[in-house]
Amino acid sequence: MSVPPRPADARRPHAFRASGRYSALRLLREALGGHQGWRRAWRKAEPRKEYQVVIVGGGGHGLATAYYLANHFGITDVAVVEKGPIGLGNVGRNTTIIRSTYYRPENIRFYDHSLRLWEGLEQELNFNAMVSQRGVVYTYHTDGQRDHMIRRANDMRLAGADCVELDRAALKALIPAISLDSGRFPVLGAFMQPRGGTVRHDAVAWGYARGASEAGVDIIEHCEVTGLRQANGRVTGVETTRGFIGAGTVCLAVAGHSSHLAGMAGIRLPIETHALQAFVSEAIKPFLDVVLMFGAGHFYISQSDKGGMVFGGAIDAHNTYAQRGTQWIAQEVAAEGVALLPALARLRILRQWAGVMDMTMDGTPIISKLPLDGLVMNGGWCYGGFKAIPAGGYTAAHLIAHGEAHPLTAHMDVGRFAAGLTVDEPGTGPFPWAH
Amino acid sequence: MLRITCPHCGVRDEVEFRYRGDASVQRPPADADAAAFVAYVYERDNPRGWHHEWWYHAAGCRQYLQLWRHTVTHTIHAVGTATDTLTPPHGMVDR
Repeated sequence: MSVPPRPADARRPHAFRASGRYSALRLLREALGGHQGWRRAWRKAEPRKEYQVVIVGGGGHGLATAYYLANHFGITDVAVVEKGPIGLGNVGRNTTIIRSTYYRPENIRFYDHSLRLWEGLEQELNFNAMVSQRGVVYTYHTDGQRDHMIRRANDMRLAGADCVELDRAALKALIPAISLDSGRFPVLGAFMQPRGGTVRHDAVAWGYARGASEAGVDIIEHCEVTGLRQANGRVTGVETTRGFIGAGTVCLAVAGHSSHLAGMAGIRLPIETHALQAFVSEAIKPFLDVVLMFGAGHFYISQSDKGGMVFGGAIDAHNTYAQRGTQWIAQEVAAEGVALLPALARLRILRQWAGVMDMTMDGTPIISKLPLDGLVMNGGWCYGGFKAIPAGGYTAAHLIAHGEAHPLTAHMDVGRFAAGLTVDEPGTGPFPWAH
Repeated sequence: MLRITCPHCGVRDEVEFRYRGDASVQRPPADADAAAFVAYVYERDNPRGWHHEWWYHAAGCRQYLQLWRHTVTHTIHAVGTATDTLTPPHGMVDR
């Protein structure tokens, strides 16, 4: 779609003072001055009547899309509207893992681009997101699984991503706590992506919010979208709990609520909403310095800088918008964890929560124009949305600014389902609960 | 944990069942156009509210059941066998 020209008087003066650059020298100066000089990192805005672009959803993808629009594509007349406070949805509910170990080459290329953006993110944002490339390790337990992983590793190398094989001795040396012979599922070996790792998830939301706000983006909290207004086959703005906000382009970045928002325009999406749980244990001394994934089930674990073990497993297998999980999945996750790392049996779980995932019918995301002029979406992230934030934001901004998909996301068009060009990432067919 | 009252087996825990998706989708007639089949295979209402859905009682009677369940509260309004005609929750229509 073409973005209407921005009115010359659209900018409005405001009293907010930017937070300034963060640096070691600044930290020292503030320490000597009693930390009185820190200012708010981003400006809380009131809605104006109209914007060139309105982004619905103040999570990782919405804020990143706004950031890249304003800082890389020259479109600063942008609002991000969020029904609650920013960063309390899935960007604050995930297990913080970044990696590009995907199956389909199109997705490997996209997620590896995201990994490259993560590598430069803190310099880009001048914000400490604690990007930790500690390595992501996958165990395999059968010959067939090994062959599948070799194929995946080769596809990754062809796409420019990194992947190395570990034998049992190397795996045991890397992770002393691992149980290689836990009876039912002995570990035959593992693959590792050394560039994978974790990121402090909250800082991602705050860093992008700060960068977007400094470039002039209005971040409007407690502003729930209740309708999409359209005229002559084109979206003209959003109805919100704080009144109508006009928009040349509306971008939906609402994760599990994508169907709900698109439904306001009468559009049905190839998406089902499912809950994914995450867990944190009590804090312990350094125990695991990589991200470890259990190949005989669906379990992944890492240790946070505070010492808690952060882990999760499969989605809850029925449609739900409730941000809580079912007990039997929690039990299964705990059992898988203990099979892989028996010492976990002594730990107590401190917290458990869930986020609602927009599970697409082929397991591949949707960054696409929707069948209403001026309406685009950045969603369908299944349970891979966090690691995709930088590339998802960048490519969605590209789509909004140029009116056509970025080459890395050409396969993410929603029209792929009707065209027979689905990118079946999990290999399960159109059954989201089976991913 | 959901507790599902199977018409054959009585009240059972969710772990005995397998979720099998949206029960409101209907296979179009054979001469329908491609768009109707795309909608049938891929597109879903995905409601934030009452949902008519299939469950398979894998570790029980091994029969397909239909449920009206709320996707926010997880309240189960009605359970029936695959051929039953259930009374939808107030305000809902069965397609």
